Amino acid sequence: MVKQAAAGRPNHLFRNLNSKIASIPMILVASVIFLGGTLWTVIYSFTNSRLLPRLNFVGLDQYERLWASSRWIISIQNLAIYGILSLIFSLVIGFVLAALMDQKIRFENTFRTIFLYPFALSFIVTGLVWQWVLNPEFGIQSVVRSLGWTGFSFDPLYDPDIVIYGILIAALWQGTGLVMCLMLAGLRGIDEDIWKAARVDGIPMWKTYLLIVIPMMRPVFITTLVIIASGIVKVYDLVVAQTSGGPGNASEVPAKYVYDYMFQAQNLGQGFAASTMMLLTVAIIIVPWAYLEFGGRKRG
Amino acid sequence: MANISTLNTTVAGIDAVSSRLASGPRGRKPRRVLSRRNVMLYGTLIVAALYYLLPLYVMVVTSLKGMPEIRLGNIFSPPLEITFEPWVKAWAEACTGLNCDGLSRGFWNSVRILVPSVVVSIAVASVSGYALANWRFKGAELFFSILIVGAFIPYQVMIYPIVIVLREMGIYGTLTGLVVVHTIFGMPILTLLFRNYFASLPVELFKAARIDGAGFWQIYFRIMLPMSLPIFVVAMILQVTGIWNDFLFGVVFTRPDTYPMTVQLNNIVNSVQGVKEYNVNMAATLLTGAVPLIVYFISGRLFVRGIAAGAVKG
Repeated sequence: MVKQAAAGRPNHLFRNLNSKIASIPMILVASVIFLGGTLWTVIYSFTNSRLLPRLNFVGLDQYERLWASSRWIISIQNLAIYGILSLIFSLVIGFVLAALMDQKIRFENTFRTIFLYPFALSFIVTGLVWQWVLNPEFGIQSVVRSLGWTGFSFDPLYDPDIVIYGILIAALWQGTGLVMCLMLAGLRGIDEDIWKAARVDGIPMWKTYLLIVIPMMRPVFITTLVIIASGIVKVYDLVVAQTSGGPGNASEVPAKYVYDYMFQAQNLGQGFAASTMMLLTVAIIIVPWAYLEFGGRKRG
Repeated sequence: MANISTLNTTVAGIDAVSSRLASGPRGRKPRRVLSRRNVMLYGTLIVAALYYLLPLYVMVVTSLKGMPEIRLGNIFSPPLEITFEPWVKAWAEACTGLNCDGLSRGFWNSVRILVPSVVVSIAVASVSGYALANWRFKGAELFFSILIVGAFIPYQVMIYPIVIVLREMGIYGTLTGLVVVHTIFGMPILTLLFRNYFASLPVELFKAARIDGAGFWQIYFRIMLPMSLPIFVVAMILQVTGIWNDFLFGVVFTRPDTYPMTVQLNNIVNSVQGVKEYNVNMAATLLTGAVPLIVYFISGRLFVRGIAAGAVKG
């Protein structure tokens, strides 16, 4: 209705002035910080800036150095393992919990509260708690040993080969509650008649879930996937708190690489190149999704 | 042979059913409480719930033990002798570097960061959402789209440009600077939240106010604001937990004496010097987690609504 009015009158800058003034923060943030800042970082990733950003272009040098660095390769490998496993596990666990919660159970609110409370906690708190629970001297390992299995060994935080799984356990504990909530909302959105029809046709419950309900929940799954995925790329505080990237640099992740090079190693160019690679990763996830979600329809 | 026997059993089955239909109980089959289905269902849920509760339990238990008991016992056993000393120590005496005044400093720093950040970010975002929903102008949607896409860009990409902008403005490393940063990064989700909420309010109200001669701000303060208290509460929950739990911005945009609680906690627990006092560490961790946990337990369903709003796009 605003548009119709606008069409009748000549359009000039001072129309709707208050609204424009009120939107100045949004316009500034969107254009200067989000768009400008991102472009700035990408441009400076082609320079040899060290302590201070300088426009001294060196082509793809920073990227070559980046991909030659063993620490970066480890970071990327960790991110890949962590990312794929946490996507799979959080979707599966989240969905199974939601499906269980959807059986008209009693104490639903209590269970929901319990499953979701870790999500209220910060990654720092999560990391520190699991650092303690997984502590080899006092934690799970020593408890199981004291029960009689003296050969039992489970100390992911001190074993470079499996340290990323230790982080994964903590991350799943923190994040699956959210997935469960989203999935539950999706399940509740499914028409009761679908269930009745499936039961009349004699389709077993698991088959109904697998072949009817899950395909119907496609939008929920995609949204959840995008949320988890964009969270995965950002993972930083959890690693800092739980392992500080150790033992050695076995649990490094890209976000930590960026921070360390920008603010500690005084090597801005490397930091910019690494953060541009992070941006690329996100783009690979987001662009197909945005295309599927908004490209098909005429209105965005 | 086989055919006859199946026929016989079928006939017997029909007989049984018809006799049950004639004389048997009516209504729904009563459900037994301990059916196999229920045992499986609740069993799985309870085991899962125990797994989720375990770390919280371990935190509480550890923080109430003395160090000698921790060294001897296992982390799951309840304390033999309850002591609150670790809590006192974590709050008032734990050391980070040279400072030994405990987490209390981080707590108050966090409070000082939290209050203005929450107020400013919600004020700015609600006005932007209102402008987008009711006073759309040419190009507004474009900036909004950039904002939403920007929510997915890793913070690391934008951090350094922000450092430069803040330095130019002379507020890098100050509290104001951090408030600006929280406002910037809270903007996409909050603006989306408010835009969708305001757009869902009946347009007639807005039109009536326009006819009565109310302007942009008048309609915002006199009509929109009083009608949208629930969404303001949701936004507040979102921001309070988000800002309290932030670590990255705290590290980048503040100086050591104004570090928020999360950063100080990490420094206390992961410091390499001195003997590790696990009970103090766990007390400190619980203290840091307490604020968002309290918000969570009090707000209940609104919290769920907040994160669902954060999750569902418009």
